[in-house]
Amino acid sequence: MSYTEKELKEELDNKSYEFGFVTDIESEKAPVGLNEDIIKLISSKKNEPQWLLDYRLEAFRVWLKMTEPNWAHVKYEKPDFQNISYYAAPKKKKELQSLDEVDPELLRTMEKLGISIEEQKKLSGVAVDFVMDSVSVATSFKEKLSELGIIFCSFSEAVHNYPDLVKKYMGTVVPHTDNYYSALNSAVFSDGSFCYIPKGVRCPMELSTYFRINESGTGQFERTLLIADESSYVSYLEGCTAPQRDENQLHAAVVELIALDKAEIKYSTVQNWYPGDSKGKGGVYNFVTKRGICGHRSKISWTQVETGSAVTWKYPSCILKGDYSIGEFYSVAVTNNFQQADTGTKMIHIGKNTKSTIISKGISAGKSQNSYRGLVKIGKGAKNSRNFSQCDSLLMTDQCGAHTFPYIECENPTATVEHEATTSKIGEDQLFYCMQRGISEEKAISLIVNGYAKEVLNKLPMEFAVEAQKLLEISLEGSVG
Amino acid sequence: MSELLIEIKDLECNIDNQKILQGLNLKINKGEVHAIMGPNGSGKSTLSSVLAGNENYEVTNGSINFLGEEISEMSPEERSWKGMFLAFQYPVEIPGVSNINFLRTALNERNKYYGIDSIPAKDFLKMVAEKSELVGLNNKLKNRSVNEGFSGGEKKRNEIFQMAMLDPKLSILDETDSGLDIDALKIVANGVNKLKSSENATVVITHYQRLLDYIVPDFVHVLHEGKIIKSGDKSLALELEKKGYDWLKTDENI
Repeated sequence: MSYTEKELKEELDNKSYEFGFVTDIESEKAPVGLNEDIIKLISSKKNEPQWLLDYRLEAFRVWLKMTEPNWAHVKYEKPDFQNISYYAAPKKKKELQSLDEVDPELLRTMEKLGISIEEQKKLSGVAVDFVMDSVSVATSFKEKLSELGIIFCSFSEAVHNYPDLVKKYMGTVVPHTDNYYSALNSAVFSDGSFCYIPKGVRCPMELSTYFRINESGTGQFERTLLIADESSYVSYLEGCTAPQRDENQLHAAVVELIALDKAEIKYSTVQNWYPGDSKGKGGVYNFVTKRGICGHRSKISWTQVETGSAVTWKYPSCILKGDYSIGEFYSVAVTNNFQQADTGTKMIHIGKNTKSTIISKGISAGKSQNSYRGLVKIGKGAKNSRNFSQCDSLLMTDQCGAHTFPYIECENPTATVEHEATTSKIGEDQLFYCMQRGISEEKAISLIVNGYAKEVLNKLPMEFAVEAQKLLEISLEGSVG
Repeated sequence: MSELLIEIKDLECNIDNQKILQGLNLKINKGEVHAIMGPNGSGKSTLSSVLAGNENYEVTNGSINFLGEEISEMSPEERSWKGMFLAFQYPVEIPGVSNINFLRTALNERNKYYGIDSIPAKDFLKMVAEKSELVGLNNKLKNRSVNEGFSGGEKKRNEIFQMAMLDPKLSILDETDSGLDIDALKIVANGVNKLKSSENATVVITHYQRLLDYIVPDFVHVLHEGKIIKSGDKSLALELEKKGYDWLKTDENI
């Protein structure tokens, strides 16, 4: 374990949801409900161009005709979309020249999250775009990145400063008509992150965004658009936390990745939204559409560690359009208590000689339900394409559930598709063995689970891997039964 | 004058309401090697599990005094911290957890219990190098996942390596000889002998006299129906090898 025992003790002493604090910043909130006026209000608050407002309104009209999907293996009370405020911005927002101008309350929040920008600046070389209740508050490292021509800013800024890029790519991977939540997001998205890596540039640092839901009764609808131009490389980290609240909060994000020819995007997520209490009250509904498209010989790699949210509905996917392109999906999904997760990926092979790898590790504890759902689709023209899928489930109790729903559609006979799946229960004999060697039960569970998830954790950038290990430990405390 | 390490008195225990140990008495002093033999189902492995604190076994009567402290209610990890070690008959595989990480975690957990700082990486690695040489553990195995894909011999050798790393007061070797060829047996026995000192003691549970040629016991006990029915010196083991157990079962001890 690469973190200290002292840190571990602190973690263990604080058994409840660690990030359940509310920051007291005055915020400006739109009235509850959803109609065209609200959308116009959001758009005008953000001083948006007409084309974007039109896009929003079009998406809204499409959304009205859609129904909420029901096919996922999750049960929950459907959100009342007229009872949500669709926009909340920290009020004191103004043009900031330096960190000193950032609201001290906000800085404290960031410190609690362990991502104090100052610290980040000094220690880790991570550029952070911090999204709090919809509006991006502080962005660091911008100058250094801009020397290389890299654009890394909030979505709103991109709309104003790089409208051509936004207009060209937004909605090309996840169209507003794609699904219920992507339509909703397209109508009401408040902010998010935008990133552009120019041709041939290798981004020298991990780009990082932290999302956090703060205001009660607000949904968070952020949008991420990441474009890696030809032969470029970027590694992007996304971390999420939400304060502890009784009511269910909705999070419906859209992430679009575009890897042009020979580009590579590595997208890592550690998701730690509030999962609800041990009785299943409260928690975040996480309904997210993430998808990337690959050009010729390009590569998109999704790595996710999902420990939070009451309900998760999320399938980071790759469209392997270019010949010889590669898609990867590495996932650890932990559910405890009454959490429900239906997560997986879609690998759509279109180009020739395309290759995809899926490694999914589900861990179910308490009375939770954990499902892997994945589609591997080999198109007619996807000659010699290959897929390997491995879906493992680890059960911690006899009251939880693990499910696997693999879909394979193959239209080309030269393709190779492999699927392996295992289910195991954490062994009493394993625990006893550890304990006999002097490793306490909690620590033994963490050791065994981390070992089980190692293949995926190894794919995470260093800073994230440590955090992810800790999260696994916290999420599974006292979970063996 | 030797010092008492562990005293087991009138120990009775159940698993799934079935009585396995039925009034077992045993005293072990520091510096001694005890062999426990006995027919299948006599309770040998149960004894080792109970001493290590396996919660599947319910102690219904008697006491286990280890270094002056009653431990029959103590958790397995605390017993371990106090110096109890069990070399498993069937060592467990832990996929994805390297041997090194496993042992470092174990040592640090113990240090934490005694309020000592974590062992520095440099010292730890030095210790690993020393101890693995002692038991002839292949260098590659140290970085592999705990027991995963190890051969039978490698697993047993790994148990003795862990024993060397943890430096216990009382080591219980539960049929460590089973599944070992003669060369592996010698290496394992050699490792155990090197770890012997006047401060620790070893309990060797075995079916066969063969192991006792290499790990020479001071005492040999015969376990039958959950009780020690005969004790003697190493010659008893040779006698058992010749005559089997039946002559003891008809003895007045039963």
